Parts: sequence; structure tokens; C-alpha cells
Amino acid sequence: MPIAIQCRDLRKTYEGKVEAVRGLNLEIHAGECFGLLGPNGAGKTTTIEILEGLLAPTSGDVSILGCNWHDNERELREWLGISLQETRLSEKLSVRETIDLFASFYRQPRPTDEVLDQLQLTEKANSWVGKLSGGQRQRLAVATALVSNPKVLFLDEPTTGLDPQSRRQLWEIIGAFQQRGGTVLLTTHYMDEAERLCDRLAIVDHGKVIADGSPAELIERLGGHHVVEFAVKGNRSRAGDIQVWGTLPTVESVREDDGIVALTVKEPHLTIPALLDVIARAHQSLERLTTRQASLEDVFVRLTGRHLREQ
Amino acid sequence: MPANRPVRQNSRWAGYWHLLMARMLELKREPEVVFWVFLFPLLLALGLGIAFRNKPGNAASVAIVAGTGAEQKQAMLSRSPQHEMFKVNVVDAATAHKGFRLGKYDVIVMTGSSDGIEYEYDPARPESVLARVEIEDAMQSAAGRKDVLSTKLVTSSEPGSRYIDFLIPGLLGMNLMNSGMWGVGFALVDMRQRKLLKRFVGTPMRRGDFLLALMSSRLVLMVIEVGLLLTFGVIAFHMRVLGSVFSIALIGGIGAVTFGCVGLLTASRAQKIESASGLINLVMMPMWIFSGVFFSYERFPQVVQPFIRALPLTVLNDALRASILEGTPLLHQWNRLLVMGIWGVVSFALALKWFRWT
Repeated sequence: MPIAIQCRDLRKTYEGKVEAVRGLNLEIHAGECFGLLGPNGAGKTTTIEILEGLLAPTSGDVSILGCNWHDNERELREWLGISLQETRLSEKLSVRETIDLFASFYRQPRPTDEVLDQLQLTEKANSWVGKLSGGQRQRLAVATALVSNPKVLFLDEPTTGLDPQSRRQLWEIIGAFQQRGGTVLLTTHYMDEAERLCDRLAIVDHGKVIADGSPAELIERLGGHHVVEFAVKGNRSRAGDIQVWGTLPTVESVREDDGIVALTVKEPHLTIPALLDVIARAHQSLERLTTRQASLEDVFVRLTGRHLREQ
Repeated sequence: MPANRPVRQNSRWAGYWHLLMARMLELKREPEVVFWVFLFPLLLALGLGIAFRNKPGNAASVAIVAGTGAEQKQAMLSRSPQHEMFKVNVVDAATAHKGFRLGKYDVIVMTGSSDGIEYEYDPARPESVLARVEIEDAMQSAAGRKDVLSTKLVTSSEPGSRYIDFLIPGLLGMNLMNSGMWGVGFALVDMRQRKLLKRFVGTPMRRGDFLLALMSSRLVLMVIEVGLLLTFGVIAFHMRVLGSVFSIALIGGIGAVTFGCVGLLTASRAQKIESASGLINLVMMPMWIFSGVFFSYERFPQVVQPFIRALPLTVLNDALRASILEGTPLLHQWNRLLVMGIWGVVSFALALKWFRWT
């Protein structure tokens, strides 16, 4: 598959002090949906804005569809669709007027009605932007990106702050764009969004990629697909216990968080009886016990020791 | 979903037109803009025009302190040939002094002293000085003074030389400055703060077209602003407009664009509305004071005159007054247009150099 977006050893230092991006490499194939997953302040927005040509990197190379920002800006602008993290479009213009305005910047935009229909905004075509709900505004922001018929779509935190239904609507729209052969690069700090939408993703922390691959691959690398979480009644587990849990059958890793022990395991049906046995022999009892599929959150915590939403 | 099916082809100027139309629509839908740009100058002209209208009622107000001889003095004043020039009140001393302090009376005529007249007036208040002289004159002629020289008076309160005639071109200039600075400066910082500028830069939009559209919207508004205020002056105050529509429009256009450029420069880097507002006011402040909007700048000391004459609003006001009130041809105003042009071009060049899109 041809490479749509590539960057090598990208660095960005603000005012000679704050290192937002410190040597970041990405390779995104044409037709895939690629996600940058990471906590706030990880450098996701800086990275995507450098790739969008809105910010100059301190050093490093960027190549989009085989072109670079220095020599081919005008062509690239025609080919890219962008939705920034937070753009407040003019409140006193209608939805249709806003899309028409953005369409007028491109040589061959799509018909406004078609975009309205695709983004489920036809009913709101004549409403002022100021009267739209959060979800509708976000769909309009994506509409202004899709009206150009872009080859690559950049979305910075497209669903932050939206209700579940609006998020699903946007996911469908992004999925449809990809099915038509478009390439998507999005940033998010939602694991479910990354798992649901992205073919591949890069986990970004402190301005670097700390792991990349498909969601399944990343979870695979944890060693186990399942997580067993439990809490022992009464006393909190002691340091020595952690070692005990680690010796249970098929356990790949152990971590403890606020009294709850989480085991990454390959085969829960072997782990759980052994666990119950150990607890019974110690004359203790369980306060809770759950098993679930391992998620990207577990991958992130494993890699950084922190949760994604922590600042 | 039909992909890659171009049914729409945009011309070179599509972006410019849409930006201009969007700007005009936004302005039209903003009630505050309609008020501040169109209605406010009219109200100001109306208010000031009424307050400073030429009228015989603009008479000196005299207080005669009640007491011996008060009646006699009042009678002398009403007998005098100039009696229409005064409003005479006979009041007690306390009321007279209180009224004098508050500006209700311009001069106090004391009573009690034998034959002569005793005035109390404030030499620092022009109307007080004037009232004293007029009363003195009236009293003396009522007492039988004969003038040595014969005098002949010609009054001049024809349209063209009244305060309102001076005022309206000044208001036009001030309004062009206000709306240029706010209409361009404020709008830009607002768009920058809303990340809309950044979003626009993320499209193939030509940046020059964007600035051009912003300036063009100023020109369209200028035509309405100037037309409205002049029409108002003609209808409400029977103002006479001597200059041609073309020359007034040209001066107004150059003024609007000049202040648009100054607004662009003022807003070239500010990230927040608050800091931009302060900056815009700071830039406009000297021109409000010095550029002769409400009164002639000739009143300022000679030393600052070169500075005053170099301000863009001063030259704009002078050019508008010359064209509207005297019908001075554009050719004789080239130096004023040049000063405005220099302000505009230098501001624009610096703004482009420093402008921050993101």
C-alpha cells in the first residue's frame, strides 16, 4: 500500500523551552484510518498541526501524498480536509452559507446539498450556526472539511465533549469516508474511539510514539487478552501478595490500583480457580471479581504506569 | 455516495466573493453593528445639532440681585435696543450666586451701590465675559450714551458656516475611523481567537483575497455611512453639500481603506479581544482629541500643530470639510490624500510583515 503520510524525527520546541514533540516517526498508509492516542499534553495536537502544514516543525521531515509543505502547499491544501480541535465558526451564518463559503476556496468542491445530506444536516441547512447543538456543530466542522472532496482527512479530537449518539454519528461518517478510499488521521484520548475506528494507531506520550500497531496487535503485545480484576475484603494486598498473584497460571502481568488488583491473563478459566483457592487458603474473601477483554487503556497503563485521562 | 465527480468548478474570484458576502451577511445580522455604525452618528449629530443650534434664544442670562435699584436696572435693560439678547431675572443674592456657580446665570448685576453698576462675572468663562460686555453696552445706551462711530452689522448664519456644518464632516471622519478600526481590527482578532483564521489557512483560500474582502466590506459600508449622515444633514439641518458626490466618495473611500489598514496593523498580532480593544482605543485616542472632530484643532498650541496635521483623521476631516463645505476640487487636496495614502500603505505593509494567522 502506498504511503499517504510520513514523518521522520519530527521535533517541535516552543520558544526554545517547551519540547512538545521529541523525535516522532509515523508512516500512514493510503486508505487507512490511523489514530494518535495519548493523554492531554502528549503532543498530539502539535503533531497533527505540523502534518497539516499549520505549524512549522523545529526539525524533521514531513511528506504528505509524496509532496512537502515547502514546495506544494497549494496542491496539498486542495487535497486535505481539516477539522481543528476547536474552531468556532461564525454564529450568524447559516449551515449552508458556511459550507458554501468553505466550498468557494477549492477548485472543484462537492455540491453543498450532497455534503449536507451525508452529514445529516439537511434539516438544519438554513439554521444559524449559533443555534446548533454540540454534535451538529462538530458535524458541520467535518462538513467544511469534506466539501473539498479530500484525499486525506485530519481530525483533531473529533468527538470530545459530544454525547454518545453524536459520537456514533460521527464515527459512521468517518467510516463512510474511509470506505470511499479516503485516508484518515485522527487524534483522540478515547480508547473506545480508537478501537472502533482505527486500523492502526500510535500511542503518544511526552512527544514520542511509545507503541504502534493495530489495536489487536497492541493488546496482543500485553501478553494476555483478558483482564481479571479483584479486591480482597478487609486488608489491602501487601507487596508480597503481588508476587503471589504473578505466579498464578497464565498470568502475564500484575498491577494494583487503589486496592484493586488487575491481572492480565491468557486463560481466565485456569487463573480464576487458582486465585479463589489461594484466597480460601489464606482465610480471606473477595470483595469483587470481574473479568473483561483487555483494552487499549490496559496497554497504555502497562506502558506508562498512568491512566489516559490523568493529567 | 458519488466520489470524484466534479460538478462544481470555482472561478478565481469565488473565494473573494464568498468571503465578502459572508462578511456583509454577518454585519447585517449583528444589531449592534447597525446601531453603532449607522444610528449612533445620526443621534450624535442630532443631539449636538440641537444643543448648538443658532438661535436668538442663545441669550445671555442675567441675574439682578433684589434690592434698591433692582427694578430700575431691570427696566433699563428692557428699554434698551438690545433687550432681546438677555434673559433678566431678579433674585436674592444667594440664589444669584448659586445659579452663577451652576452656569444658569452668566453674569450678576449687584445692587445697593449708588449710581454706577457693579458686575460680578468670571473672566475665564467666554459667555460670562460676553454677557458682561453686552449688558454694559445695553445699560449705557439705555442711559443715553451716544456712540461716536456709526456701525453697520451684517449677520451670517447661512448654511455652511454654522456649527452643524462644521460638525457633520467631522462626525463622518470619526465614524470612518471608528468603523475602520473596529470593523477590521476587532473582527480579525475575534476570528483569530476563534481559530477561524487558522481554519481558513488550512484551506487553499488566498490570504490576499481574505484581506481584500475585509477591506471591500469597509468600502461598501463607507458608502452607506457617508450617504446616510450627509442625507440626514441635508434634510434635518438644511446643510449645503458643495462638493461632488464623486469627490466625497473618493475621499471617504480612501479614508475608510486607510483606517482599515491601520486597524489591520493594530490587530496584526493580538491574540485576545481584550488586549486588542485596549490597543485600538489607544491608537484612536489622540485622534479623538486632536483631529478636530467637535472643535477646530487650531485651538491647540502652535508647537503641536505639525503633529496634529500629520494624523490621518485630521487630514480626512480637513479633506471632507473642504470638499463638502467649500467644494474644493480634489486636485487641490492631493497633499491630504497623499498623507492618508502613506498611512494606509505603511500600515498595510507592516501588517503583512507581522500578521499572525494562527
